[in-house]
Amino acid sequence: MSVLIKKDACIACGACIGSCPFGAIEMDSVAVINDKCTGCGACIESCPVEAIYRTDEEEVIEEVSLDDYKGVWVFAEQRGGKVMNIAFELLGEGRKLADSLGVELSAVLIGDKMEACTKELIAYGSDNVYLVEDPELKDYRTDSYTSAMADLVNQYKPEIVLIGATNIGRDFGPRLAARVKTGLTADCTELSIDLETRLLMQTRPAFGGNIMATILCPNSRPQMSTVRPGVMKKADPDASKAGKIISSKFNSNAASIRTLVKEIVKEAGRVVNLEEAQIIVSGGRGLGNADGFKLIGEVAGKLGGIVGASRGAVDSGWISNSHQVGQTGKTVHPKLYIACGISGAIQHVAGMQKSGLIVAINKNPGAPIFQVADYGIVGDLYQVLPALMEALGEKNGENIAC
Amino acid sequence: MKIVVCVKQVPDTNDVKIDPKTGTLIRDGVPSIINPDDKNAIEEALVLKKEKGAVVTVLCMGPPQADFALREALGMGADEAILLSDRAFAGADTWATSYALSMAIKKVGDYDLIFCGRQAIDGDTAQVGPELAEIMDIPQVTYVRKIVSIDNKTAVVERAMEDGYEVIEVKMPAVLTAVKELNVPRYPTASGIVDAFDVKEVKLWTAADIQADPERLGLKGSYTQVKRTFAPPVKGAGKMLEGSVKEKALSLVQELKVKHVW
Repeated sequence: MSVLIKKDACIACGACIGSCPFGAIEMDSVAVINDKCTGCGACIESCPVEAIYRTDEEEVIEEVSLDDYKGVWVFAEQRGGKVMNIAFELLGEGRKLADSLGVELSAVLIGDKMEACTKELIAYGSDNVYLVEDPELKDYRTDSYTSAMADLVNQYKPEIVLIGATNIGRDFGPRLAARVKTGLTADCTELSIDLETRLLMQTRPAFGGNIMATILCPNSRPQMSTVRPGVMKKADPDASKAGKIISSKFNSNAASIRTLVKEIVKEAGRVVNLEEAQIIVSGGRGLGNADGFKLIGEVAGKLGGIVGASRGAVDSGWISNSHQVGQTGKTVHPKLYIACGISGAIQHVAGMQKSGLIVAINKNPGAPIFQVADYGIVGDLYQVLPALMEALGEKNGENIAC
Repeated sequence: MKIVVCVKQVPDTNDVKIDPKTGTLIRDGVPSIINPDDKNAIEEALVLKKEKGAVVTVLCMGPPQADFALREALGMGADEAILLSDRAFAGADTWATSYALSMAIKKVGDYDLIFCGRQAIDGDTAQVGPELAEIMDIPQVTYVRKIVSIDNKTAVVERAMEDGYEVIEVKMPAVLTAVKELNVPRYPTASGIVDAFDVKEVKLWTAADIQADPERLGLKGSYTQVKRTFAPPVKGAGKMLEGSVKEKALSLVQELKVKHVW
């Protein structure tokens, strides 16, 4: 597919230039598309005289009989013999995709002595579990897992494969996609089926969340996506659900394993990683003193999030600048951002406005932070936060890592 | 030891803003930079240059303007810079990009190590490293946060995990992808900058130079296609929660549950 401009129709109005996310349109005597064009077509609608169009010539890379590929698969990532939460989230989403296509949903479980976990995968929606067990497969390794999974894909031919965008999934997904020669779309936030073409529509953010793109993999199979933990929802488990277990042998000779895991080390209290945090509770000058961050820390702990701060709080010496959010601090995009006692200066807002959901707690009803907040609470944070802790009740943070 | 570092020139997404009227990106005045993770890869290669006498080649696929990114890498101390630029590469997805890079690396030849950044800040896919390794049929270690030891046969590295790290031994040649914990990239020195612009050269290679199969390049060689792009949904006006402190807290928790953020 490529995007072209009808030179005689173009009126050189320039409307398309601003519509292009990639800076690929320049104005000469008429609009001209340069090397940066990705063929996304964002410009087409912007043209008032319909001078931009897309050619849809088929570009089949390799002859693959797409119809041979059936079913939706989820890679059930396990660590230390325990299936990760992300697998159940993907099964929740995979179930919907399989149902709209009218096909089966399967989980792929690779490891050593994992059979006991198959029940859980079935309860969360799988019709089948493909099981590959071998002492060599106990821990994830790129070569062994790619080889085991590629064998399954080539043999059973799924049309869709979903993988968690964890540090393992993001190592495994692209290696597998390249092995079976197909496309992969990373970090999808929305998946759906185009019922007419049966294609998977994969929507993901790009440019740091400034723009969304819907991506297709039209001419190769399987269509592969990764999804970050916490994005999709688990279904309610049904322990009575029946499913089939299909065991396969691991062919270690064919795998040519070139890495060795010498050690797996767990670290408590990892460095503050605000950029990747899913939940952030931030404190500002409204805390009044350094002790206020103890309360902020408790709320963050309860939610399974981490502590952020405004420049005001950092400049007051209440907390280290590794926690600072804003133009001079870090740019964050968690799914939940709670700003406590932060007025909402532009420089702070610049660093957190792309958060999924923003909650502001401030004494001053006129504080600018309320203008960017999805939910606002006017009140003293020293009363609101303890009440919030109580309202959050028993449930402990389960959104950490994966 | 010969190291090829793959880098990408990206718009500094921290500076990208959305036009509130049109919902599109405002690119005016947004600077292009070397992708941050790629800079960590360059830095580590330069450390190995000093410690092991490695020769460092920096490779970048991009438009002619990407010459500037390569000059910066030369200014930091890289020995050689190659710009892979051709209209035929335009619109490449990660697969077609990896293929083009693999052909260029084959032309460089005799490499012991290929270093990439974990991911680029414009696409955030983290796919080129592993796809490149697969196409070249060599092992990979992604998310490298420390090189414990390295020689021409094996490397021992720490691979960052969400809750710690793994110590991995890998056979060379290999692809490693760098995360920012790996090091603090140096700035180009004044004399380095002068050399980068006046003395050293950036080689320009086209699709023909790397003997690439035209069917596997650019949009044509891409498995994935962008169907459409759009501005993220605009937020509605915020909602002020009312009632007693307790009521406000309870309705907030209720809302968080409804929106599945907690």
